[in-house]
Amino acid sequence: MTELTKNNINFKSDLQPTTITVSEHDKQKALAVLQNTPLPTTRVEAWKYTRVAKLGKIDFVNNSATIDNISSYVIDDTNCSFVFINGHFSKEHSSQKIPAGVSITLLSEVNSPLEASSLKLEGEVFNAMNTAHLTGGLQIDIAPNALIETPVQIIHILKGDNILANFKTIVNAEKSAQAEIIQGFFSESGEHNFCNSTSEINVAENAVLRIDKIQYESEKSFHISTEQVQQDKNSNFRINTFTLNGGLVRNNLNIDVNGQNCETHLNGAYLLKNKQHVDNHSVVDHKVAHCESHELYKGVIDDNSTAVFNGKVFVRPDAQKINAFQSNGNVLLSDSATINSKPELEIYADDVKCSHGSTTGQLDEEAIFYLRARGLSEKSARHLMVSAFIGDVLDKITNENIKTYTHRLLNDRFGWEF
Amino acid sequence: MITIKNLHAKIEDKEILKGLNLEVKAGEVHAIMGPNGAGKSTLASVLAGREDYEVTAGSVDLEGEDLLELSTEQRAWAGLFLAFQYPVEIPGVSNINFLRTAINETREQKGLDPISAKEFMAMVREKSALVELDAKLASRSVNEGFSGGEKKRNEIFQMAMLAPKLSILDETDSGLDIDALRIVANGVNKLKSEKNATIVITHYQRLLDYIVPDFVHVLFDGKIVKTGGKELALQLEEKGYDWIKEEIAQ
Repeated sequence: MTELTKNNINFKSDLQPTTITVSEHDKQKALAVLQNTPLPTTRVEAWKYTRVAKLGKIDFVNNSATIDNISSYVIDDTNCSFVFINGHFSKEHSSQKIPAGVSITLLSEVNSPLEASSLKLEGEVFNAMNTAHLTGGLQIDIAPNALIETPVQIIHILKGDNILANFKTIVNAEKSAQAEIIQGFFSESGEHNFCNSTSEINVAENAVLRIDKIQYESEKSFHISTEQVQQDKNSNFRINTFTLNGGLVRNNLNIDVNGQNCETHLNGAYLLKNKQHVDNHSVVDHKVAHCESHELYKGVIDDNSTAVFNGKVFVRPDAQKINAFQSNGNVLLSDSATINSKPELEIYADDVKCSHGSTTGQLDEEAIFYLRARGLSEKSARHLMVSAFIGDVLDKITNENIKTYTHRLLNDRFGWEF
Repeated sequence: MITIKNLHAKIEDKEILKGLNLEVKAGEVHAIMGPNGAGKSTLASVLAGREDYEVTAGSVDLEGEDLLELSTEQRAWAGLFLAFQYPVEIPGVSNINFLRTAINETREQKGLDPISAKEFMAMVREKSALVELDAKLASRSVNEGFSGGEKKRNEIFQMAMLAPKLSILDETDSGLDIDALRIVANGVNKLKSEKNATIVITHYQRLLDYIVPDFVHVLFDGKIVKTGGKELALQLEEKGYDWIKEEIAQ
């Protein structure tokens, strides 16, 4: 057995070595971090409500698998679709009709080492593990001035037991480019599978980039995502994250707004039941003036499940005239459901407009009585109230195919029709 | 239509209804008046099936069905409608979408196919005109941002859409200006037929100038203590309730 460190994640001896070469600097640093950093415990502020100790007890493997039919995982019927099973590229299921203006490269097919990463490695075990033991990944480059109408779709499927898939997505939206990326995370079968995904996203001057992310793994799987986003001046970045299934899910969304006149939109919906645990951590760092950011996350939490929201907005001393709005709303459907919500604003500039808010409640029983008194069954009344609550976040999806697909998942998993 | 016998109900150990009897026949309008705290709204809540209230004795029969055995929605399917004293604002729930669901669930119970979109929209236009409710308002979130008068008109609009057998209007007139009152009353009158019945709960005789009742009942201390024609309402308006209390005391 190859052990990374005593406190860290274990690999079985049949671990396949990575074929992807990262920069030497990153590799050394990542290995050092893995050597000297234990898995975070709940004593670490950023992991206060999310226990990951279980991950240290699994003997992970990173082999590939085959799946006969992936049609149920196709979110949008686009011709530009890249499928990865356990983090390994699946050529047979991918349709690589890449639109003009886009270039997509599999990281496993890059001959030279990858460029230095913008991911923080120091103290970040999962980023370090992802860097040192990358299973697969791809780089999407969108040419300057390219307007891409066809979304690029990346589908991830986990199959088997004790699978560890370290995946990296690199996106470069060049000057004045416009594109949309869809990411879906699914689970075909198995237990103790762990998808550890990182993304490095650069939105250049005046570019518009939109990412729709659907997480629908199994209640027995683990998922940790880290998105590191850099926005240059006049750019517009939007990310919608919908977490509809998954045993333990942690999303880290870090956005550096480096140029003036940027717009940033972060929307998220999480719907949990049984013993699920979903944790969304976001950081929007306004470093310069004249930008705006809007964050809206909403959750519906049932049974014994737990959700965590931590949204941080920094407004640096020179970042005047910033409009930053953040809102987190939660509905608890059971007495044993839990939410830990912490919106945070750190403002060092004096001429800004910022707000944040967090609400937690239950469904309005008086409204349910009202609807029932008009002839809605109790089930329909509750469903209608839930969809009304979560509806404004779901409405942030503008791509009709994604909307339809999301509604189908909600119906499959919760029996809710929208 | 409805027969209420010896109805007793309590909330949190406080007995509110203490043996109420009432019979309403098809085609009739009954007004229930009474001082504050007499149990008027409790009666409406108990009939609609609000779970905060516990029925401790008595029976309610709605056209042969034991109403007290039914859930709130089953009562609606059986043809009972309650116009709320305080209509609830429900942000994000579209007024007409929820009404279509309500109508279709009711139809499903009766083994009918869902109403067609075209038929439904024609009905919305017709019934919203009845209570002079702006069609835009009809399609907004339920009661959200509505004025008091608009909320009450929306109640009658929903009543018109659902075409119930028995409607209970719980202080639908309270707080309405005379124009809104006329519109609401006009809507109720137009919906009146030989096949349905209405119970109007009110504080004020004024409403009864517009919705003319066949019977006026005085509810006092959880019971109906006096029943008369519409002239009884005028007497109550003029003399208050003290003379009735004295009558009972004798």
